[in-house]
Amino acid sequence: MAARKTTARSKASAEELLSYYRDMLLIRRFEEKAGQLYGMGLIGGFCHLYIGQEAVVVGLEATAKEGDKRITTYRDHGHMLACGMDPKGVMAELTGREGGYSKGKGGSMHMFSKEKHFYGGHGIVGANVPLGAGLAFSDMYKGNDNVTFTYFGDGAANQGQVYETYNMAMLWDLPVIFVIENNKYAMGTSVQRATKSPSLWERGAAYGIAGEEVDGMDVLAVKAAGEKAVAHCRAGKGPYILEVMTYRYRGHSMSDPAKYRTRDEVQKMRSERDAIEQVREALIKGKHASEDDLKEIDKEIKAIVNEAAEFSKESPEPALEELWTDIYA
Amino acid sequence: MATEVLMPALSPTMEEGTLAKWLVKEGDSVASGDILAEIETDKATMEFEAVDEGVMGKILVEAGTEGVKVNTPIAIMVAEGEDVPDEAPKAETAPAPAALGSEEGKTAAPANAAPAPAAPKPDTTPDWPEGTEMRSQTVREALRDAMAEEMRRADEVFVMGEEVAEYQGAYKITQGLLDEFGARRVIDTPITEHGFAGIGVGAAFGGLRPIVEFMTFNFAMQAIDQIINSAAKTLYMSGGQMGCPIVFRGPNGAAARVAAQHSQCYASWYAHIPGLKVAMPYSAADAKGLLKTAIRDPNPVIFLENEILYGRSFEVPVLDDYTVPFGKAKTWREGTDLTIVSFGIGMTYALEAAERLAGDGIEAEGIDLRTIRPMDTDAILASVMKTNRLITVEEGFPQGSVGNYITSVVMEQAFDYLDAPVINLAGKDVPMPYAANLEKLALVTTDEVVEAAHKVTYR
Repeated sequence: MAARKTTARSKASAEELLSYYRDMLLIRRFEEKAGQLYGMGLIGGFCHLYIGQEAVVVGLEATAKEGDKRITTYRDHGHMLACGMDPKGVMAELTGREGGYSKGKGGSMHMFSKEKHFYGGHGIVGANVPLGAGLAFSDMYKGNDNVTFTYFGDGAANQGQVYETYNMAMLWDLPVIFVIENNKYAMGTSVQRATKSPSLWERGAAYGIAGEEVDGMDVLAVKAAGEKAVAHCRAGKGPYILEVMTYRYRGHSMSDPAKYRTRDEVQKMRSERDAIEQVREALIKGKHASEDDLKEIDKEIKAIVNEAAEFSKESPEPALEELWTDIYA
Repeated sequence: MATEVLMPALSPTMEEGTLAKWLVKEGDSVASGDILAEIETDKATMEFEAVDEGVMGKILVEAGTEGVKVNTPIAIMVAEGEDVPDEAPKAETAPAPAALGSEEGKTAAPANAAPAPAAPKPDTTPDWPEGTEMRSQTVREALRDAMAEEMRRADEVFVMGEEVAEYQGAYKITQGLLDEFGARRVIDTPITEHGFAGIGVGAAFGGLRPIVEFMTFNFAMQAIDQIINSAAKTLYMSGGQMGCPIVFRGPNGAAARVAAQHSQCYASWYAHIPGLKVAMPYSAADAKGLLKTAIRDPNPVIFLENEILYGRSFEVPVLDDYTVPFGKAKTWREGTDLTIVSFGIGMTYALEAAERLAGDGIEAEGIDLRTIRPMDTDAILASVMKTNRLITVEEGFPQGSVGNYITSVVMEQAFDYLDAPVINLAGKDVPMPYAANLEKLALVTTDEVVEAAHKVTYR
């Protein structure tokens, strides 16, 4: 039983650091644009932004191989971009258009890509956890060494079905990595107001599941922990829990006045712990990239995001016949 | 480059708001993420952040202004060192949203909206060739054989649930499967319906074909979110990318003397859900043929069995492989005086009543729906157009029952053919009591069917 907070950081080449920088920046700029389009009324309903948490998915995706699966809850835009889904298709789904991943029928919380092994995008808090274990079950049944990254938040961690799943995942040695993205607030309720458990990952110990706490603002620390978890699962040792300590800068959803935390708390995190800034500094200090190089990357990312936004506005609304399709296969 | 800052929508329903307070003044430098203003919506006061960096060029809407419409320009941002242009630049504005369901929208209408001018022609082809050798088999054995045959056919089919393996099934439906297929494919779960239903759905997303047994459908209430929100809706929510080929099966409805929490029929609950298919067999031959169809179906199927029927024997065709299609009712008995529609154990009362009515000279047509969704409404309509009278029989509660739905279909599509009001017979509108005499009163009975038949035939 691992019982520690990992302090290891993965070594990364300049090329890898640059790619993490690029991937995290893409998520941030994409989400900022989504927030903007929401403000313009182009995106409706609920829209949960991933800004601040970018290092979690980027660090873990760096440990995945072809065939590995991922599934998450409703704060899912970052996960989709990190596993290589097309920003145009994601943004067009947010605007409810034909060019969206679900042809406009799923929206922000319900998107999928069979090609990229992204199994959603689920709107019911905690429900994706047994689904993730089921995906892992399918790989074990088929006899391959794929793993499933099952992401959920500190809020979902209090749902009963999570523990039903822990029990069966360990009982059957399922190759599933439970990634608790602890951003400290379940909507407006802080972790301390929801549980007296000192840590969430340690709850796995009741089922014999190994795990650890990870600094989720440090992409290399996330990657190091991810490598360990993946190796554990691929070796047939069963599930692994990563409690990744992270922070969301924006509200729970677009309509969150965020009165449950102070502006200073958010600012402090942003100015002192920001994951993208940390990589940026490492790149500059290590002389892996110049300010101009990074500006060039910023420009490229902005262009990708603008292209996605344009596509999401130009793509037509779904044909009215679409109301009646995809109900049965 | 100067850009307009527009009044943002800060909630799914916001149309206008109050610009409560500016937190920057003209000439201030602004970084991405800085709060520009506080905006009051009908629900809360929200902070409005800058998206891009720049300088606050000009404030167009003063603090304290109420009723500012979403997308109204409220300020102009300029780049460092740039002057505010005289002509306000055009910011990107949202196109007017298309009105939902207006204009040419109504193309595909629900299946039952159009009036049927002529009698529909239901599929009455035999389920297996005439002259097929038959043998007697219980519903229990038929269900077991259906699973075994499908598991032999395809490796991705497996069965999981409480006591399905070593115990050989709480009701012995999975008897012998562990011996033949091993623990990889016949999986005992802990008592944890919510969790294993979700694992089953995930396994189906992952390309397997799970058969999830609930010891009874009463326990599936713990798992109903996974059945409906995860299994039934994902194909639609994924724009057709990701289906869920899974069978949830187990006994449903009242058994005997097990009282309220263990005696409920869920047919109308699941039949309510687009994306699910719902089968509820009566005979052993249908149990086998329908279960094989369910396992091969690419959609989530709710397969409702009945504990009292498990031990009952019926004639089953002796064939290596046969299936019964969904959406095809079976006419057990032809008649001209009234139509009795039922399904599952309800057929017992329907057919017993029909025999007794024949003694009184009333010939009832007995239709077994076999699947509630899809429902063979053609068979019902064709029969009602012949007999002009209809009774429905089921064990579920009366309000929002399957019979209620059938009645609405008949009202819409065959109103002029009805010679009497339709009668929906159902379980009584009470939780199932334990006491033997009260339990008997709560259930639908053959006597009630006979009485209703006299009522609709006025004789």
